[in-house]
Amino acid sequence: MKRRDFLKSVSGLAAGTMVSAPAIFSPAKADARSETLLIVSEGGPNNLDIHGVGTNVPGYEVSWNCYDRLITHEMKSGPGGVPYYDRDKIKGELAEDMNLGDMSVTFKLKKNAKFHDGAPVTAKDVKWSLDRAVSVGGFPTFQMSAGSLTKPEQFVIVDDYTVRVDFLKKDKLTIPDLAVIVPCVVNSELVKRSASEKDPWGLEYTKQQTAGSGAYKVTKWTAGTEVVMERNDAWVGGPVPKIRRVIWRMVPQAGNRRALLERGDADISYELPNKDFQEMKAESKLNVVSLPFSNGIQYIGMNVTKPPFDNLKVRQAVAYALPYQKIMDAVLFGLANPMFGAPADKPTEVGWPQAHKYFTDMEKAKALMAEAGYANSIETTLSFDLNFAQVNEPLCVLVQESLGQIGIKCTINKVPGANWRTELTKKEMPLFTNVFSGWLDYPEYFFYWCYHGNNSIFNTMSYKSPEMDRLIDGARESAATGDTAAYDKDVKGFVDLAFSDIPRIPLYQPFVNVAMQKNISGYQYWFHRRLDYRSLVKA
Amino acid sequence: MLSLIGKRLMFAVPSLIGVVIVTFLLTRALPGDPAAYFAGPAATTEAVEQIRKKLGFDRPLIEQFIRYTNDLAHGDLGTSLTTGQPVATEIRNRLPASAELTLLGLIISVAIALPLGVLAATRPGSWIDHLCRVTTTAGVSLPVFFTGLVLVYVFYFLLGWSPAPLGRLDVFYSAPPTVTGFYLIDALIERDFEAFRSALSQLILPAATLAIFSLAPIARMTRASMLSVLASDFVRTARASGLAPGKVIVTYAFRNALLPVITTLSMVFSFLLGANVLVEKVFAWPGIGSYAVEALISSDFAPVQGFVLTMAVMYVVLNLLIDILYGVIDPRVRLEG
Repeated sequence: MKRRDFLKSVSGLAAGTMVSAPAIFSPAKADARSETLLIVSEGGPNNLDIHGVGTNVPGYEVSWNCYDRLITHEMKSGPGGVPYYDRDKIKGELAEDMNLGDMSVTFKLKKNAKFHDGAPVTAKDVKWSLDRAVSVGGFPTFQMSAGSLTKPEQFVIVDDYTVRVDFLKKDKLTIPDLAVIVPCVVNSELVKRSASEKDPWGLEYTKQQTAGSGAYKVTKWTAGTEVVMERNDAWVGGPVPKIRRVIWRMVPQAGNRRALLERGDADISYELPNKDFQEMKAESKLNVVSLPFSNGIQYIGMNVTKPPFDNLKVRQAVAYALPYQKIMDAVLFGLANPMFGAPADKPTEVGWPQAHKYFTDMEKAKALMAEAGYANSIETTLSFDLNFAQVNEPLCVLVQESLGQIGIKCTINKVPGANWRTELTKKEMPLFTNVFSGWLDYPEYFFYWCYHGNNSIFNTMSYKSPEMDRLIDGARESAATGDTAAYDKDVKGFVDLAFSDIPRIPLYQPFVNVAMQKNISGYQYWFHRRLDYRSLVKA
Repeated sequence: MLSLIGKRLMFAVPSLIGVVIVTFLLTRALPGDPAAYFAGPAATTEAVEQIRKKLGFDRPLIEQFIRYTNDLAHGDLGTSLTTGQPVATEIRNRLPASAELTLLGLIISVAIALPLGVLAATRPGSWIDHLCRVTTTAGVSLPVFFTGLVLVYVFYFLLGWSPAPLGRLDVFYSAPPTVTGFYLIDALIERDFEAFRSALSQLILPAATLAIFSLAPIARMTRASMLSVLASDFVRTARASGLAPGKVIVTYAFRNALLPVITTLSMVFSFLLGANVLVEKVFAWPGIGSYAVEALISSDFAPVQGFVLTMAVMYVVLNLLIDILYGVIDPRVRLEG
């Protein structure tokens, strides 16, 4: 190297350090950190629009925070004093007034509501968005139909700022269904400009960018890596949020997510193993919030159309053989609500989920197996979804061991996540574990999907009983007409029947676990179990 | 030289066609139904069918294949369902991340392994030979993800020397404008030394992980090949003629020992691109390895096909480069070619 070059490179280096050193410690950067929320999670969105084809669950979180609905839920104090959405109290988000009639509901829109591009939110945007939700097909349309919202004709523009939703039939779930994530209001003029013959609803456009009026807007999205959201200062759906910017990074390794939290680099994380949450709770360096899934249960299902599980005695034997407490301790580290072993004299409640009266009793289980005529051992397979292997795998090993003791030899069948839905639809798995949880927190909603003889995909046991159907239909009807006495009787009836026929054995109600720094407050639990940035505060 | 390159490229064409056909068939043979997967957790059978139709999976296989090759000819690798982005864009964005990491890992590895191997060969049985043996054995027997996690635990969690394992840059820096896609080079072009420093500090741990893993084959191969060359007649002659030991080892022995080392290097490089997957997972690195694995898990055909195809093209190019390099190092190869 020549002397002159050497000097040049040295001075270049010196200049470099001089430029960079102060910038790293600049107060502007420190400020940005205090107003920015850094979230780390395993997976990220694949689509920013919940109406899109195959939008995944992280995508729902973006939709929830970046779009508004007509109405939303009030908060109440939940378990442990954590704010929990109030199933029964509705408030306006884009609507300033809701007028519930006999066969329709009328909403008056807030006149100062604006989309992110400054266009006012009007009745035609609302109609277009609701039409879109019931027409695009797939999940959004299905979710709308759960509240008897199926036809575009149901949504009527009264004037620029008034919309009426007509009911096809009386359904208690119609109003709550308008407060879930799907019926979000989209900037119709903006999106229509990008719509085409092949894509009449502009799904390609909203997949890549948000076009709503919500509290946040996506400013940068690198699929599989990060999502950056900025606050919309003109938001009128509620009080202006405290967090200015949200950076959501995907960190696949659970151990690293925990390290990031414990080092104080990340603000919030979820999707960690239960063991980690348990340890972090014990160390209490971080705030760990654990709340039960609303209307959700992990269960062992049995296909009742095939031997040996077509035999009630065998199903009861299994219910007495499951290692409930071991699962609670060794798999979940106590982070779940037990759904077993209720006292024998406990009356059935009008509610769901509730514990059944089975408990681990090997002698009784063996006796039942003998009564059923299966004195010799039988072979079957026990299937689970590999996407949730962290819980499912140890759980199935424990179940396999216990059932082996009563002569049911199980081979464990690990089904890849991509294949799990297909396997469920086929309804050929004899024995399996799964979770079901409903966005709408009503017993009849859960039972309609999981036990009704119309055999939806979630009736994974292929269970059919005319008596069960009569009770579920009865409860839905009396809920719509407000006949409480009949409703209570039917709910108790179908819960009792589900426990005595026992086609699926509830194990526990899982918890949503969220770990955050001590200076983060304002976490709220929502039925969708994702984060609501709007209420979060970083001190 | 040109005719050699042309000939090599001609040979590559049939293998690429084979790769296209095999990946297409393999992805179709994967278990799992993408339509059911993407219909979401609450879909009815009709919803699944609707999605199958939208994705074109209800068509006969041969028709799907013709459409696929036609798109391919237009440079369209399809769209990923998991990330929702065109595969070609994703690979273009992610390949530099993987390449930067792999190349840096390889450079570190070569910088350590070559001298180590040469020293071990010149002093067999000495402490340096034993050091070489121990490091290479340890390096190759530790799985990459394990080394990665240990490094993160020690240097990030315990000591706090290394930045958070959050990908290519600190969360609060923005990436330099893309020229090459390599952050280190782009940051230098932009004279953004702050970003350069951040990118480099993010790179050190994952690159070290890869280096530790790839040390073994390079060092062992250098040692073995040096040993055999040092035992050969021309080295003895050179020594007998009174040439300086440094001249004998570097100019005569090392150059002759390089050929097998280069071959190993190319193998190690392709191997590292695979090992990358785990390192990328541990360090949240937005590379193509983790992209392909995620796609595979969710039966997302297009990225898997795109990934295999990109890899095949890279191997072809890499082999070509190695062949040319042979010619540069060893004139005999050039003459025969």
